[in-house]
Amino acid sequence: MRVQEAAFSPDQLQRSLPAAGAVVTFTGNVRDAGAGGAVDSLQLEHYAGMTEHSLQAIAEEAAARWALAAAHVVHRVGRLDAGEAIVWVGVCAAHRAEAFAACEFIMDALKTRAPFWKKEHGPQGARWVDARASDVARAQRWQLPRTGDADGAPGG
Amino acid sequence: MLRVLFFARLREQLGCEALELASEPGIDSIAALRAALSERGPVWKEALADANLLAAVNKSLAEPGTPLVSGDEVAFFPPVTGG
Repeated sequence: MRVQEAAFSPDQLQRSLPAAGAVVTFTGNVRDAGAGGAVDSLQLEHYAGMTEHSLQAIAEEAAARWALAAAHVVHRVGRLDAGEAIVWVGVCAAHRAEAFAACEFIMDALKTRAPFWKKEHGPQGARWVDARASDVARAQRWQLPRTGDADGAPGG
Repeated sequence: MLRVLFFARLREQLGCEALELASEPGIDSIAALRAALSERGPVWKEALADANLLAAVNKSLAEPGTPLVSGDEVAFFPPVTGG
């Protein structure tokens, strides 16, 4: 888990992953438009200490749920320009099903639990980004039933 | 003593990023602390009335009923928007 101000290279991060039968990576980039109009840059605020704790807990949950060889997360904070990579997740497993599921789970959990906040800067000024109900709904798909199997497949 | 932190839009609304509060017998949960902070003035009352606000105790997400003890670090913040 890394939270950093410096830019990162997704290619370089992917090369740092261990050899595995299945490698799934996700890169999130800063969009050039948000709900409030054009976006030139983002300011990413976070709760230092809790952020790392939260990402670690999410990765541990993923590792407890699926057989993974690795699960890495890198998230930037501070100022980012449109087009720059903001988050990267890399997951290795023996087979694709586990790698796809764990990567998506990690992003969905991060979106709703990790204490980061985006402020968009554009021609119209600055505005805080609002959380989206669709992100909460996506994260809820991963909640395990109280009884029954725990294969982690999201419900319909 | 409780250390209380505020983040993002809430920090800007309150004009406050951190404060320290002497422990009082009545302030024994997140809900009680939130009620006590709301008494600091109309801006605090309005900002802390937002039902979507989240709270953390010692850097873990907490619920209104989560108990507080002296020395705890508490944070209030809007729903998160990372990723």
